[in-house]
Amino acid sequence: MSFIRKYWLSAVAILVSVVVFLVPFAFIVLTAFKDPKQASLLDFSWPQGNYLWGNIVEVVTTRNWMLVTAFVNSSILTVASVALLVIFGAMVGFVLQRRKTRLNGLIEFLILAGLMIPPAVVPTIWLLQGIQLFGRLHGLILIEVAYGLPFTILLYRAFISTIPRELDEAAIIDGARPFDVFFKVILPLLWPVTVTNIVVQSVAIFNDFTNPLYYLPGNANATVQLTLYNFQSQFNTSYNLLFTNIVLITIPPLIVFLFFNRQIVAGMTAGAVKG
Amino acid sequence: MADMTQSGLAVTPARIAAPRRRSPYPGWFFLPAAIIYGVLFLLPTVASLYFSLTRWTLFNSTFIGLDNFAQFLREPFLIKGLINTVIYAVITSSMKVVLGLLLAVLLTSQIAARGYLRSVVFFPVLVSTVGVGITFTVLMHPTNGMINEGLALLGIKGPGWLVNPNLALYSVALVDVWKGVGLATVIYIAGIVAIPRDYYEAARIDGATKLQNFFYITLPLCRPATSTVIILSFIGGLRTFDLIWAMTRGGPGFASDTVASVIYKQYQSGFYGLSTAGNVVLFVLIAVLVVPLTMMLNRKEGHE
Amino acid sequence: MTKTTRRTMLTGFSAGLLAMTALSGTAFAQSINLTYLVPSGADGVAIAEELVKTFEAANPDINIDIETRPGGSEGDNLIKTRLATGTMADIFRYNSGSLFQAINPAQFLVDMTNEPWQADVQASFKQVVTAPDGTVRGAPMGAAMGGGIYYNKAIYEELGLAVPTTWAEFMANNEKIKAAGKVAVIQTYGDTWTSQLFVLADYYNVSAKDGSFAGRYTAGEAKFGTDAAALRGFEKLQETFEAGFFNEDFGAAKYDDGIRMVATGEGAHYPMLTFATTAIASTYPENINDVGFFAQPGDEAELNGLTVWMPDGLYVPQTTPNLEAAMKFVAFAASVEGCEAQTRAGGASGPYLINGCSLPEDVPPAVSDMLPYFAEGGQNGPALEFLSPIKGPALEQITVEVGSGIRTAADGAALYDEDVRKQAQQLGLPGW
Repeated sequence: MSFIRKYWLSAVAILVSVVVFLVPFAFIVLTAFKDPKQASLLDFSWPQGNYLWGNIVEVVTTRNWMLVTAFVNSSILTVASVALLVIFGAMVGFVLQRRKTRLNGLIEFLILAGLMIPPAVVPTIWLLQGIQLFGRLHGLILIEVAYGLPFTILLYRAFISTIPRELDEAAIIDGARPFDVFFKVILPLLWPVTVTNIVVQSVAIFNDFTNPLYYLPGNANATVQLTLYNFQSQFNTSYNLLFTNIVLITIPPLIVFLFFNRQIVAGMTAGAVKG
Repeated sequence: MADMTQSGLAVTPARIAAPRRRSPYPGWFFLPAAIIYGVLFLLPTVASLYFSLTRWTLFNSTFIGLDNFAQFLREPFLIKGLINTVIYAVITSSMKVVLGLLLAVLLTSQIAARGYLRSVVFFPVLVSTVGVGITFTVLMHPTNGMINEGLALLGIKGPGWLVNPNLALYSVALVDVWKGVGLATVIYIAGIVAIPRDYYEAARIDGATKLQNFFYITLPLCRPATSTVIILSFIGGLRTFDLIWAMTRGGPGFASDTVASVIYKQYQSGFYGLSTAGNVVLFVLIAVLVVPLTMMLNRKEGHE
Repeated sequence: MTKTTRRTMLTGFSAGLLAMTALSGTAFAQSINLTYLVPSGADGVAIAEELVKTFEAANPDINIDIETRPGGSEGDNLIKTRLATGTMADIFRYNSGSLFQAINPAQFLVDMTNEPWQADVQASFKQVVTAPDGTVRGAPMGAAMGGGIYYNKAIYEELGLAVPTTWAEFMANNEKIKAAGKVAVIQTYGDTWTSQLFVLADYYNVSAKDGSFAGRYTAGEAKFGTDAAALRGFEKLQETFEAGFFNEDFGAAKYDDGIRMVATGEGAHYPMLTFATTAIASTYPENINDVGFFAQPGDEAELNGLTVWMPDGLYVPQTTPNLEAAMKFVAFAASVEGCEAQTRAGGASGPYLINGCSLPEDVPPAVSDMLPYFAEGGQNGPALEFLSPIKGPALEQITVEVGSGIRTAADGAALYDEDVRKQAQQLGLPGW
């Protein structure tokens, strides 16, 4: 009996997942195969002919190969911001969890505030200009780090509480410098939660739309989400190209996901859950 | 910051106080993060508090006291926006909790194609919000949309998902859940995996039913995961902007406006002082709702 | 993978990254490089590309990069932010009229009053890019537009209808079209800005009754909610909705759908600005001769006239390091060769504002229908946004509500007055 029930349940789950999750993606992909006229009907139909390659070529070469520039920029932005987030966030999480001082309350308040307060755009632009970082990738990297820190720190702090204190104390007694204790002993142990951080933050930063729009104006600085504007305007939309673009810019997060797939759950187990 | 470092050196934690050694937890570890965060986030935020008291055209600003707050609270749709925001946050976070937990239970059970199902549920998390918004706006089109065409095949006349003013907010919330439930599920899967198998073993020997297992073992032991999901998705829901903007822009009319979209519209229209005042209002709203919620969730955990 | 190699990899990786970010900052300057910011969208960009191509051919030492920005209020915000922070492109295209006034032209834009090419720019355009201090700060970009109603000629022929000159005739036509089982009025609230047309394009009718409205409105004396003539625009929207003339998917349809419907006869009337002619001509060339145009009718036939929109302006920010080259491009765009390049890229959509620029012989009917309003004996007048600096930003949401039956015309107009008050205060106008 339970044998039958098990398969019945599996079949229903698979069917529902196909309708709810796969059909929308199938729609995106199918539209990417269509010519402009058929795409503009926006229906769920089989493409009349394969225009995918032509669409890709058009999307990639539009506006002077803007998408390529955008991919380079977004990759640099994502990798650099996530690298800094991981290192700085882990450092703060470590000390914050280990050392109880009166300042902890204040720091925790500031972290929560960072999660809650929407950033103030215009003062930030003035500030970036003041330090010569406005409209430069370095500036945006620091912005993404600043906005991402609260979440990263929270994840790390929760995870670090599961690592026995004796470990770092033993290392200190052996004469290691705090710097080495952290980078050689603690950080490697944090790998599972680091994976979670990498996945969550890199997806968020890669998919960020608003911040590049304000802090990184100019074509040479385009990031991938802004390329969606190329095909969608106030006046008309080229749906075949728009959806081809969506397909193309979803590939990098997909690769990150396939790469870290198995470790995501592990990192969550260790981190977020033991809050 | 200097303060923090100094006091950090002075106050050595009691546990390793005996032989005065270099602290293994140096205060300067805070420095890089604190500088970036302080300069690029806190400083502008504090500056914006001043601007919320001005009539500000980007080009110059005039001090007008609390007029912006008065005006913002008089915005015809602010009250509606406030209510919408809370509805949206409650709906999305509770659906993510319920669906996330159920999916997690399903995906940790002996089900076929588990790997496929886990991947497919998590996949929407990876797609850009703007892309998801564009796609679902198309799918939810009242006459040509795939959803309503599918319903028509079943003989049901689908509603105007995004064009019916009574429905638009809920439609967007549904898409939000669609996109976000994967993360909640993963957090729950992690929580369930961490529950020692012995509990279920013991329950099996006592002859507990599946349902009893769920209510007496899984649910209580997943509480940390639940608080994580609630806090993250509730704050996310209160701040939500991208998806609403990509799908309805707060419309039709003002029907799906949330505080964040009202603020953004003021900002877009060039009412910068007004919009910064709105930011402050939103912050207060979030603080009023989230701080007690966090405390409640933490307290319950403490009792266990 | 051991932990050590993983860490080494990470370090190597971040080092490589830093090197990459450092490289991306390098500049290369041989000839003069200019940036030109235009609203996104295929037709606008095509015109910009054609202009740049023609200009670069004549000026090989100048290289122009086209940048795009979002349209609508998102674009307004971006323009203001980039001006205020001194990061504007060397040349940019932006609205004239009230939106032009809102970017503090005297403070940010280069004065073009004494440029030689201004001699050929028509006074009606100069007026809408004149800063409060009396200086002209822009050049025309694009053609003058009418705000009114596109109609499908095939449907008119089939049902034996005549072009209406009063609102009553228009509504009677709609009745007949509806009775024939067709969509009488196309509305496309998927693009909210399109919902404003009934209100905005009615302004000629308002001014025909009361020439002083714009002045009193700017001074805070005349209101949409209380002025009967001004309220008519909102009422017309409500009437057409209540009569059930709209297409079934009016709430979700987009501008694209609107032009398709009016071109292919899926609908009879589409209230729109005439710049849409370009899009119809390029997307539905086989239907272009089926599309005609008339001004939004008022209550009296003898007062029938067209509400006119001035084209965008081309501006140069004072912060540009390449003033001379930028002005050279502006001069080119405002010349006869400039108009010709625009016509080549986008087809003709209406009269240009530069003396000597002419339209090709074979303009589509939607354009020729518009010309009589500009000719001798024809009546036309500028839209309110060119007569007053105040335009409330929430109008498009309010008109969506009125057009969807969520709010009555009177309520909507009163709400819009409130929106206008906020805008006037923000602009610091006297009397508010």
